[in-house]
Amino acid sequence: MRGMAFAVHGTSELAFTGAAGGLLVADNAVAGALVGAVVVAALLTALGGEARERDSTIGVVLAFGLGAGVFLLSKYHGFATAATNILFGDIFGVSNGQLLLLLAIGAAVGAVMLVIRRPLLFASVDPEVAEARGVPVRALGAVFLLILALTVTEAAQIVGTLLVLSLAISPAAAAQRLSANPVAVTWLSIGFAVLATEGGIVASLASDTVKPSVFITAISFGIYLVARVTGARRRPAYA
Amino acid sequence: MAPVAELRDAAMRLGGRTLWDGLDVSVEAGEFLAVLGPNGAGKTTLLKVLLGLAELSGGSARVAGLAPQEGRERVGYVPQLRAFDRQLPLRGRDLVRLGFDGHRSALARSNGDARRAVAAALEAVGASAYADAPIGLLSGGEQQRLRIAQALLGRPPLLLCDEPLLSLDPSHQHEVTALLDRRRREDSTAVVFVTHEINPVLPYVDRVLYLAGGRWAVASPDEVFTSERLSALYGTAIDVVRVRDRIVVLGAEGEIEACHHHVHA
Repeated sequence: MRGMAFAVHGTSELAFTGAAGGLLVADNAVAGALVGAVVVAALLTALGGEARERDSTIGVVLAFGLGAGVFLLSKYHGFATAATNILFGDIFGVSNGQLLLLLAIGAAVGAVMLVIRRPLLFASVDPEVAEARGVPVRALGAVFLLILALTVTEAAQIVGTLLVLSLAISPAAAAQRLSANPVAVTWLSIGFAVLATEGGIVASLASDTVKPSVFITAISFGIYLVARVTGARRRPAYA
Repeated sequence: MAPVAELRDAAMRLGGRTLWDGLDVSVEAGEFLAVLGPNGAGKTTLLKVLLGLAELSGGSARVAGLAPQEGRERVGYVPQLRAFDRQLPLRGRDLVRLGFDGHRSALARSNGDARRAVAAALEAVGASAYADAPIGLLSGGEQQRLRIAQALLGRPPLLLCDEPLLSLDPSHQHEVTALLDRRRREDSTAVVFVTHEINPVLPYVDRVLYLAGGRWAVASPDEVFTSERLSALYGTAIDVVRVRDRIVVLGAEGEIEACHHHVHA
C-alpha cells in the first residue's frame, strides 16, 4: 500500500548482513538480524524522501550490505548450515530463548499497529490531507519502517532473508486482488500468510530433504495466482 | 461575530523573496473567497498558513479565533485531484471515513457513529452509489465529491480548497462547484478557494483575493477584474475582457495566459 515491496526486500537483505555479523560475534543470528534490520530502518528514515528517490537509496545500501554480509560469513567457521539457514530459513532451528524474543516482538508490533492503524492508513493513502488534519506523517513513516524491520526479521526466521517477500508481500498482493476494503485486506493477508506457513511446514514433514521455505513460497505464490484469476473477474463490476 | 479566518498585517517571505506583505483579509461565516494569482504568487502558501503548516514571516493568522495549529479540527481541506493506484485497497467510503477519525489513534470512537456519519456525508454529496468501488477506479468528478464529503464530515466552519477543479473536465467542474456551493449554504461554511481560473467559480464568489508581483487586492470580482486594477498589481499592461458571462485576462506578452495554462503540469 505504501509502495514498499523493494523496501521490504532491502530490509531483509540487510537483516542477512546483521545475522551474519551476529553469528560471527555472538553466535546468535536472530539478535544479529534484528540489529541489522533496525539499523536499516533508521538509515532509510534518515536518507528517506519520496518513494521514487527511496528506491535508489535502498538499492545502494542493499548492494553494499549484501557484500558486507558475504564477507562476514566467509570469516565464520562454525557450522556451514548456519549460513544457508539465514538465507533460506530454518523454522525448526529456532531455540526457546529466540522463540520468546520473537513472540515478544510479534506482540509489540501487533499492539503498535492496533494503536496507529488509522493515522497510518491516512498518512499512507492521502498524505497531503492527513498532514492538513494534523497527522504526524513523517514520524509515522519512521515508525512504520521500524515495524517493517521487526516484521521482516520475524518472517526471516521462517523462510529466510531471501524469501521474506513471500510472506510480507505476496499475501497482501493476493488480498488486494480480492477486496478493496482495507480492513478485509488486512485480515485476508494475515490469513494467507498463516495458511502458507502452516501448509508449508506440514508439507515439509513428508520430505526429509526439502526445507519448509520451499513449500511456503510455493503455497504463497499459488494463493496469489488464484486470487489474481478470481479477482480479475470481479473487478469490472465497479467500472 | 468573530471572522472564521483572519490574516492581519500578514507577510510571507521565502528565500529572500516577498510573496506578500501587509496582507489584511478576513472571511466571514458563509462567505466564498476565491484566491487567484499567477503560479508562485503564494496562494498555496497562504492555505498552508491557515492549516498551521507554514509560519508567517510577520503579522498574525487566526482560524475560528484560534492559532491555526489549534484550529485544525475546525478546518476542512479539499486538495487537487490525485491519481490513486488502481489496486489501492481503499473504497470511497474509506476515504470519507478518514475525515471522521483518520487522525485519531487507537479505538477512540464507536464504529456505529462513524458508519452513520460517513453514510450521511456520502448521501449529502450524492456519492452513495459508488461508495463501495475502489477509489482508483473512480472518475475525477466522483473523487472530488468524495473529497468534499470527507472535508465537510465534521461540519467545520471553514473549508480550504487548493485547486480542486484542476484536471476536471468542464461539466465535472460545474458539478463540483455547484455541490460545494450548496453544501456551504446548508451549513453556512466559509470557503477559501485557491484557483488559477475564476470562471468556473464566478457565479458563487463573494470576494476575490488576487496575489501578484508581491502586491495584493481584496474586493468583489467586478472590482478586482478590471484592466486598471490588474495592471497595477502586475506592474505591466493587462487587459480584462468580458465575453458574455466570462472573464478573460490578457497580458501584454501573453504571459498571463502562460501562467494560467502551464501551471502544475
